[in-house]
Amino acid sequence: MHEHRTERARVSGLGSARSGTGHFWEQRISAIALAFLAPFFVYSFAHALGSDYATVRAIYSQPFNAIVALGFVLVACLHLVQGLAVIIEDYVHGRAGIVWLIAMRLLVGFVALTGAFAILKIAFSA
Amino acid sequence: MSDTKTVTRAGARPLSPHLQVYRMPLNAVLSILHRITGAAMSVSAALVVWWFLAAATSEGYFALVNGLLTSWPGDIVLSLSVLGLWFHFCNGIRHLVWDTGSHFGRKRVRQTGILAVLVTLVLTAITLFVI
Repeated sequence: MHEHRTERARVSGLGSARSGTGHFWEQRISAIALAFLAPFFVYSFAHALGSDYATVRAIYSQPFNAIVALGFVLVACLHLVQGLAVIIEDYVHGRAGIVWLIAMRLLVGFVALTGAFAILKIAFSA
Repeated sequence: MSDTKTVTRAGARPLSPHLQVYRMPLNAVLSILHRITGAAMSVSAALVVWWFLAAATSEGYFALVNGLLTSWPGDIVLSLSVLGLWFHFCNGIRHLVWDTGSHFGRKRVRQTGILAVLVTLVLTAITLFVI
């Protein structure tokens, strides 16, 4: 069979959109940030969990603890979106996959927003 | 002639890895665990944020949520979260090292896998019993 189209026309619209590594790269960056934030956050959280109300609010009104907690919650949620998106893309196909991706982003976004609000409120009011 | 021979030989061979009887190498198990711990920590994240929201709301609501998270079912969930977090942390560092293109040899992968499991256990023990 003879191919009437030119080589250029045959590949037009296919192939790299030149952003294929973007998601991969951003996930590594959030991972590096979390590797630094996680030990500090776990340290403060392990102390705070189970303490009384006043102690918890005192712990998270300390700038260092508040900044680490805010950073950890926000970057963890970003990393969660990136990771869960890969899992959904792997296992849920077609329209259902799109619905899952949207629902997941909204839910994790809600968790991030709630966490940020709560941590800032404690930090600024205690 | 050679075609029929190939078909017969291919037909005699197992066609799939037979997952039920296949003993997965350590690294395959760790890879699956990386995904499971990552996805499972979405529950942990929601619980931690709920706790922060309670601490930002009122003393009474904080007592309720803090009590739930430190009750025995809460303890189990959060202890597993700590285990999952440190595993994902250790194995994630292996992934970051691999992304630079090093430590990819078969022996090296097994060694760092065992190391990641050991460090996970140590960090979990420190978090749960020391801090």
